[in-house]
Amino acid sequence: MSTTTGTANEDRVELSKADSKAVRQRSVRLLRTLLRPVRRRFIITVVLVVLSQAAKVSGPLLIAYGIDSALPAVRSGGNLLPLLVTGGGYLLAAVASSWLTATYLTATARLSQAMLLDLRIQVFRHTQRLSLEFHETYTSGRIISRQTSDLEALRELLDSGIADLASGIIFMVLTAVSIFSLDWITGLLVLAAAVPMYFLSRWYQRRSQAAYRSSRVVSARLIVHFIETMTGIRAVKAYRREKDNAATYDELAEDYRRVTVRSINLNGIFQPGLVLIGNVAVAVVLLVGGFRVLDHGLAVGALLALLLATKRFFQPISQMAMFYNSFQSAQAALEKVSGLLEEVPTVLPPRTPVPLPRAQGHIRFAGVEFGYGSGPAVLPRLDLDIPAGQTVAVVGATGAGKSTLAKLIARFYDVTAGSLTLDGVELRQLSIADLRRAVVMVTQEAFLFSGTVAENIALGNPAASRAEIEAAAREVGADGFIRALPDGYDTDVNKRGGRVSAGQRQLISFARAFLANPAVLILDEATSSLDIPSERMVQDGLHQLLGGGSGPGGAPGRTALIIAHRLSTVAIADRVLVVHDGRIVEDGSPAELISGGGRFAALHGAWRDSLV
Amino acid sequence: MADAHTSKDNSTLFTSLGRLAPQLKPIIWPLIWGLLSALAASVVALVVPQVYRVLVNTALQPGNGTKGLWTGAAVVLGLGILEAGLIALRRQFVIVPATTVETRMRTSFYRHLQSLAVEFHDRWGSGQLLSRAMSDLNFMRRWMAFGAIMLVVTTLTVVIGVSLMFSMSWQLGLIFLAAAVPIAIFGFRFRLSYGRVSRKSQDQAGDLATAVEESVHGIRVLKAFGRGPEALDSFAGQAQELQATEIHKAKSLAVFSLVVTLLPELALGSGLVDGILLVSAGKLDVGALVAFFATAAVVAGPVESMGPLMAMTLTAKTAIDRHFEVMDAVNTVTDPASPVALDSARGELEFRGVHFRYPDTPAATRDVLDGINLTLRAGETMALVGVTGCGKSTLLSLVPRLFDVTAGTLMLDGVDVRQLTLSALRTHVAVAFEDTTLFSNSVRDNVLLGAAEQPGLSPEDVLEQALEVAQASFAYTLPQGVDTLIGEEGLSLSGGQRQRIALARAIAARPAVLVLDDPLSALDVNTEERVTERLRSVLESTTTLIVAHRPSTVSLADRVALLQDGRITAVGTHSELLAANSHYRYVLASLTEEPRDLDSHLETGLGEELAEELGAGKEAGA
Repeated sequence: MSTTTGTANEDRVELSKADSKAVRQRSVRLLRTLLRPVRRRFIITVVLVVLSQAAKVSGPLLIAYGIDSALPAVRSGGNLLPLLVTGGGYLLAAVASSWLTATYLTATARLSQAMLLDLRIQVFRHTQRLSLEFHETYTSGRIISRQTSDLEALRELLDSGIADLASGIIFMVLTAVSIFSLDWITGLLVLAAAVPMYFLSRWYQRRSQAAYRSSRVVSARLIVHFIETMTGIRAVKAYRREKDNAATYDELAEDYRRVTVRSINLNGIFQPGLVLIGNVAVAVVLLVGGFRVLDHGLAVGALLALLLATKRFFQPISQMAMFYNSFQSAQAALEKVSGLLEEVPTVLPPRTPVPLPRAQGHIRFAGVEFGYGSGPAVLPRLDLDIPAGQTVAVVGATGAGKSTLAKLIARFYDVTAGSLTLDGVELRQLSIADLRRAVVMVTQEAFLFSGTVAENIALGNPAASRAEIEAAAREVGADGFIRALPDGYDTDVNKRGGRVSAGQRQLISFARAFLANPAVLILDEATSSLDIPSERMVQDGLHQLLGGGSGPGGAPGRTALIIAHRLSTVAIADRVLVVHDGRIVEDGSPAELISGGGRFAALHGAWRDSLV
Repeated sequence: MADAHTSKDNSTLFTSLGRLAPQLKPIIWPLIWGLLSALAASVVALVVPQVYRVLVNTALQPGNGTKGLWTGAAVVLGLGILEAGLIALRRQFVIVPATTVETRMRTSFYRHLQSLAVEFHDRWGSGQLLSRAMSDLNFMRRWMAFGAIMLVVTTLTVVIGVSLMFSMSWQLGLIFLAAAVPIAIFGFRFRLSYGRVSRKSQDQAGDLATAVEESVHGIRVLKAFGRGPEALDSFAGQAQELQATEIHKAKSLAVFSLVVTLLPELALGSGLVDGILLVSAGKLDVGALVAFFATAAVVAGPVESMGPLMAMTLTAKTAIDRHFEVMDAVNTVTDPASPVALDSARGELEFRGVHFRYPDTPAATRDVLDGINLTLRAGETMALVGVTGCGKSTLLSLVPRLFDVTAGTLMLDGVDVRQLTLSALRTHVAVAFEDTTLFSNSVRDNVLLGAAEQPGLSPEDVLEQALEVAQASFAYTLPQGVDTLIGEEGLSLSGGQRQRIALARAIAARPAVLVLDDPLSALDVNTEERVTERLRSVLESTTTLIVAHRPSTVSLADRVALLQDGRITAVGTHSELLAANSHYRYVLASLTEEPRDLDSHLETGLGEELAEELGAGKEAGA
C-alpha cells in the first residue's frame, strides 16, 4: 500500500514517482466521477462551444471571400449578389456566434456549479460519516481548508477552464482546418509549432506540480492557524497571544506568498513562451507565403487570410495556458480532497441492517475488548448486562474507561473483540437511523449551532412541534432562562453560544436529549457546569423521563447510563458500576455498595464531605 | 445569514476601488511599468497588421524582389518576440509587488481581527472571516496584477485600434464606433446588477464556510443525535442557494458578453459591405480595407474580454468592500491615550457601581450587571456564587477587559482598568475559562504561555510547579511528556485533563489577580480535593475571583459574594451566608433532598489510600 493513502502524509510536497503518480491518478479519478453524472450537460456544453467557434471562424473566411470574389464582382459589372452573400453571411455568423457564446457561458456555469455542489456535498457527507477517531487527529481547520480554498481551485478550473479548453481546442482545430483548406503548406508549418509547445508544456507540468502541491499545503496551514485564533479569541486576548500569533501568521502568510509567486512565475514563463512560439510561426508563414505570392503560387488575399488565420490559431494559446495552469492548481487541490474522501470510516453502517423500530433498551457486553487505534487495550475484557429500563451510574477516576464505555454504546467506536448488543441485536447490525433513535448521548461539551434556541433544541427531534420543544425545555428547567432571552425561543445563539453560559448550554443540550426521547440515554459528565438548583431540576426531569419506577401503566422506563463525578446523580440510579483500569470492580445498588465499604463507599464519603 | 455582514450597496465602484490607493502607493511604479509593458505588447500586436498593409501594397506586388519580403518577415518576427517579451515583463514587474500588497493586507487583516473586541467575534463566524482573509484577498490580488492592468490596456487597445481604423477609413470607423453607444448604456446597468449578485455570492460562500466550521466543531453532537443527515440537508440547502446565485451571476455576465461581442460584429458586417462598395467606388484602396479588418480582428479579442474584465472588476470591488467592512470595524476595547503605569500590582480589585449590557440587548431589558459594588482586598480569594446564567461569567470577563463596563468603574489598585494598557492589565490578570481553549502547541508552551519570569526559578521549575498544583502531572506520562503536541492539531485530552492544563496555565502566569471560571467542574471528587488543597496555598498571596457552583470550591475562598439579579446581594463567609441567606442556601445547599437511607450507611472515615489510588489512576488513558 502506498504511503500516501488517504490523508496520511498529506503535507508532503516532494513525492516519490510512484506516490506522485498515485495521487495524481486519484485526483483525476475524482474529477472523472464528478463529470460522470453531468456528462450529458457536458456534451451539450461542448457542442455549444463547437458551434459558437464555428460561427466565429467563418468571419475571416467571409472577409477573404469578400475581398477576393465580391469585390471583383462589384468592380467588373456591378454584380451585387456575392456582396450581399458576404455581408448577410457575416451578420448571420455574428449573431450566431455571440448568441452561442452567451449560451455556452451559462451552460458552463451550470455544469461547473453542478459538479461543485456534488463535491461539496460529498465532502460534507463524508466528513460527517468519518469516525470520531479521525476527527480527533484531523483538525477542523484542515477540513475547512479542503472545503473552501481547495474547492475554490477546482471552481476556477471548471468556471473558465472547461470553456477555455473546449473553445480553445475547437477554435484551433477549426482554424487549422480552414488553414489546411486554404493551403496545406501553411497548415504543416502551423502544425510544426506543436513540437516546441509540447516540450514547453512538459517542462511546465513537472515544475508546476510541485509548486501547486506546496501551495495547497501552505494554504491549509494558514487556514488552520486562522481558524484556531478566531475560535479561541478569548484565550488569545487573555494571554496576550496577539504578538506571537501575528508573528506566526506573518510567517505563514509570507510562505504562502512565496509559493504563490513561485507558481505564478512558472506560468509567467510558460505563457509568454507559448505566445513566442505562435508569433514565430506567424513570421515563418509570412515569409514562406510571401515567396509563393511572388512566384504566383498564392493569391495575396489568400496569404492575408492565412496570416489572419494563423494569428487567430495562436490566439487561444494563452487561454489554454491559463486552463493548464488552473488544471495544475485544481489537480493539486483534488489530490488533497480525494485523500480526505479516501479515508475509510472505522465505524461503518451495516450492509444489511437488522431493523429495530422499537428498542426496549437491553444492553449486553459479552467479552468486549477495546483499544484506541493500535494503542493498548482500554477495556481488556468486559461482560456486562444492563436490563431494559435500568438506570446505571458509572463512577471511577478520570481515564478509568467510563467515557469509553459510553462511547461504545453510542457506537462512536466499534468494539475490537466480543459482542455488544442492544435488545439482542449487534450494534453494528443496526442502521444508523435505528441506532440513533434508540441511543442518544449527551456530552460534557454542549455545542450550540448558529440558529435559534428552539432550532438547537429541535436537533433532538427535527419533527417536534414548538409546544414539544418548550415542554422539553420546561422539563429540564431551561424554560425560565430561555424566556428571559431577548427573543425567547427565537433568540439567535450566534457563534458558539456567545451569550449563553456554559451551564445554560448544558441545559439546552439536555432539552435536546429529552426531546429525542431515546430508549437508551447516555449522560457523559453532562451536568458538570450546572449549579446545584439547576442540577436538581435536571434530575427531577430525568427521574420522570427515565420512568423512575412510577412509569404510567407499568411502561418500562428508559435505560440510562450516567457518568458523573458528582455523586448527586447516583441518587436516582438503580445500580452503580465502579470502573477502574477498564474493569468493573464493583457492581451493585448504591446502598449495597456503600455498605460494602469498597471504592464507591470511599468516593461517596469524600463527596459527602465536599458538600458542606 | 447573520445581520453583521449584510451588504451596504451604497458605495460606488470608484470609491471602493479608491480605498486601495494607500495600499498601492508603494508599488505604484512597478504597476505603471507593468501597465506600460502590457500596453506596449498590445501596440505591438496592433502594429503587425500595418506591416501586412505595407507588404501587400509594396513588396508583394508582382515584379518586386525578395528583399522587401525578408525585411517584412524579419520585422514581423521581431515584433512577435517583442510581444512575448513584453508579456513576460509585465508579470515580472507586477507579480511580486502585488503579492506583497496582498500579504500585507492579509496580515493587517489578521492583526486587526485579533485586536477587535470579543463582542465583534461573537457576531462573526470564523468561516465568514476566513473567506475574507483568503478568497477575497486572493481575488483582489489577481485583479490588481491582471484585471486592473488588462482593463486599462484593453480599453486603450480598443481606443488605439479604433483610431487606427479611423485613420484607414473614417466611414468604416464611424460604423464601428456606433456600436459603442448601446454598449456603454448597457454596461452601466450591468454594473449595478452584477455588483449585487457578486456580493451575494461572496457572502453566501462565507456563510457556507461557517456552516462547515460548525459541522466539524459540533461533530460529537451531530453524531450523538444522529443528525448528520439533517446537517447535510441544511448544508446542501445553503450550497444550493450559492449555486443558484452563481448561475444567476453567470447568466448576467453571459448577457453582457453577448451585447459586447454582438454589436461590434454587426458593425463590422455592415462595414464589410460598405468597405467593398467604397473600394469599388475607388474611395478606398484594397490594402486599407485589408488592414482595417486585420485591425478589427486584433481589436475583437480585447472587445470580447471587456465583459469578463468588467465582471472581474466588479467582483474585486465586492472583495474590497468586504475586506474594509471588517477593517472599518472599530475596536471598542482599546488602550488609553495616556496610560497609567502600574509596574507591580498588589491586586486590590474594586467594582464600583458597575453596569454592563451587551451591545445588541433590546432597550427595555435591564442590564445584565446592574450596579455591582464589590471589593476584593489584595490577596483575598473571593468566590462568586449565583444561579446558572445570572452573569457570573460576564462579570469575570470584565476584569481582563474582554468587555468594557457600560457604566461605573472597575479598579485595580485604585486605578481604573481602562487607564492601564491592555497588555499591562492582562499581565496582572490571568484567567481560566469554563471553555478551556488550548492551543496547538506542546503542553509546555501551553502552560508557559503567559508565564512570568520568576527569580530563582527556571521555566522548567515553573512548569513543574504549575502542573503539580493543578494536579496535571499526567502530562509527564504523555507519549512525548510535556513536549507532546496538544490542542486542535495534537493529542486530544479529556475534559478534565484540558481543564487542569488550563488551570496550570493560569497559575504559571503568577498574576496579581487570578480569575477562575468554575475551573474544577470537570474534575472528579478526589482530584478536585487535591487541586483545592494545593490551590489554597498558592492563592494565599494572589487576589482570586472564582466562580463556584459547589461548596467544595467555595471552601477555597475567604469570602463569598452572591450575585443575584445583576447585583451583589450578599458578601460574607460561607457559613455566615449559609446561616443568613435563603437564596444562598437555595443556590449552594444540596443535601436536603438526599435520600435518608444513603446517609445511614455513610462511613465517617475516609479511605485515604483508596481514594488516592482512585484519583491517581491511569489519567492519561483516554
